[in-house]
Amino acid sequence: MWVGVINTLLVAGAGIFLATVLGFILGVLRLSKNWLTNKLAHVYIEYIRNVPVLLHILLVHGILVHSLPKPKQAINVADSAFLTNRGFFMPKPQPEPLFWIVIALFIAGIIFAFLFRRWAQRVQDETGKTYPVFWIALGAILVVPFLAYFLLGSPINWETPALKGFNFRGGMVIRPEFVALWLALSLYTAAFIGEIVRAGILAVSKGQTEASLALGIPRSRTLNLVVIPQALRVIVPPLSSQYLNITKNSSLAIAIGYMDITATIGGISLNQTGREMECMLIVMGLYLTFSLIISSFMNWYNKRIALVER
Amino acid sequence: MSDTNVNTQKYEPGTHPDLPPPFASTGPVKWIRDNLFSSATNTVVTVLALYFLYKIIPGIVDWAFTDATLWAEDRNDCREKGEGACWAFIPKRWQLFTFGFYPAGERWRVVLAFILLMVVLVALLWENCPARKTLVRASIAFPFVAAWLILGGFGLEKVATDQFGGFMLTVIIGVVGISLSLPLGILLALGRQSNLPIIKYACVGFIEFIRGVPLITLLFVASTMLSYFLPPGSNFNLLLRVLIMVTLFASAYMAEVIRGGLQAIPKGQIEAADGMGLKYWQSMRLIVLPQALKISIPGIVNTFIGLYKDSVLVLVIGLLDPLGIGQASLADTKWQGLSTEVYLFVAVFFFVSCFAMARYSLYLERKLDTGYKR
Repeated sequence: MWVGVINTLLVAGAGIFLATVLGFILGVLRLSKNWLTNKLAHVYIEYIRNVPVLLHILLVHGILVHSLPKPKQAINVADSAFLTNRGFFMPKPQPEPLFWIVIALFIAGIIFAFLFRRWAQRVQDETGKTYPVFWIALGAILVVPFLAYFLLGSPINWETPALKGFNFRGGMVIRPEFVALWLALSLYTAAFIGEIVRAGILAVSKGQTEASLALGIPRSRTLNLVVIPQALRVIVPPLSSQYLNITKNSSLAIAIGYMDITATIGGISLNQTGREMECMLIVMGLYLTFSLIISSFMNWYNKRIALVER
Repeated sequence: MSDTNVNTQKYEPGTHPDLPPPFASTGPVKWIRDNLFSSATNTVVTVLALYFLYKIIPGIVDWAFTDATLWAEDRNDCREKGEGACWAFIPKRWQLFTFGFYPAGERWRVVLAFILLMVVLVALLWENCPARKTLVRASIAFPFVAAWLILGGFGLEKVATDQFGGFMLTVIIGVVGISLSLPLGILLALGRQSNLPIIKYACVGFIEFIRGVPLITLLFVASTMLSYFLPPGSNFNLLLRVLIMVTLFASAYMAEVIRGGLQAIPKGQIEAADGMGLKYWQSMRLIVLPQALKISIPGIVNTFIGLYKDSVLVLVIGLLDPLGIGQASLADTKWQGLSTEVYLFVAVFFFVSCFAMARYSLYLERKLDTGYKR
């Protein structure tokens, strides 16, 4: 049962992340002055939006399963990772005790970046001096742990998968069902997010940009400080409903045999126990809980960025 | 001036004939310059995009058209005839894709109902249609005539609903869902704004519950446990239950869309209507709803498209919509392994119908735009 919950959360989380990134890229492409990229993005969005998501999932799954080779003819990546139609087999990390230092450094880096940002904000408020917060935070969070990792002599054992019989054993595996569901949901939702982002950016009147440029603020800072904060106010409410849609659409996993909540509790448990009422109530209750959590988080975020009016 | 330009002919002020604009600032040359090569980055992006198209388009065209096979006995026959896509299952299974398992002798009834539907749609949606008024009045009878034609009875042979399938099933679910969810959505939206707490909270609870769970779980409810809520012994067919669930599902979303429109109507409108002595339903029907619905047309059509697209989910509970038929074809040893072609074929069907709806909504928006829109 928990497998189902975790699988649903996994595909929803990964989908939300990828869809947001792709959606923002699409939105910007759609606004591009370049006619060709603009039209390409438009064609993509129109195609995706007018075809049911279930069809996308099945199509991506079909293409993945048919185009990838069988385990015997696996695509070999550096003798440690294998791409087959049964999934993508990767080495599995097995941390040694020293590795915890790296993780500790990583967490410390996040805390440091957070404090540094607040400090830099205060300095900027008082003196007007600005620091390259982004790069310093990136260094603290990623570069320092990486250096520590190599200095400590790579304290991770990799368990590589090996071909045994008809399939690979050992290592980690990403199933094609997960990839298909994840890609299809992200590509589908990205098209909707792209349109939302476009509408959001168009809603910021041109005078705002011009005024900011007239004040001598450079273009990149104009985008960061003037356009995006105002566009976000328009973007966030519909964006949160798209996130809810991803979570709910992940229930379509049942069509390609990915074990999510609907397939485990609403399928296996229901068939074994025969208690339809209880099983369906649990399934619906879980989805309702996820939806409420996501929407309350997005409401909180929306309130935080909303225009403070008297 | 005349010293420097010796050859120029002199004109009196105002008599110089109009010259054509410079070559580079008009026509296709200017358009290409402005839209594709206006700056260095732009040029790079254009070249990259062209390269991408060059890489991808010939392959797709070869696969889908040039090397494709449309007429063949089965998959192996296809492979012998061409390297590309195998569309041969379409002509072979066309009847199945369109009508499902509807009895072969009775299919003219479905076709007739579909033609009637088209006539009604043209009459309702096309303003300049000849004899529009009569046709619109006649269209009230359409649901009954169509139900009679498709289900049978009263002189026609009865057809069980589990024999429905294919595009016909999608269109039935779409038309019924669309035409019932709009009025239901309006009622829910009005209920949500009501001053009576019981009505208000019932509507809010219903809308939020439906919007919080996936349609697929509701369809499971429809297929497995609706009997819990019905008096014992009552048993009505799966298609009807699915239609009810799809309609309820779409009406919750519709209610939210229309609520957005209702909130955009200034309070003064309602107060003015009250001041004129109009009753609640009169003011809603004559003043508020026409304005609110006009604003929410894009959202309403989006919900329609969503409903239409969601109708493929019925395959999960065992109704044979086009996708279900497609999957059944894939299970047939003759056509195994053609999943890309089958899914693309169904995708084209959905694309055409949804795209048409979206375009009509754009046209309607432009037609109804009175210039007061913000």
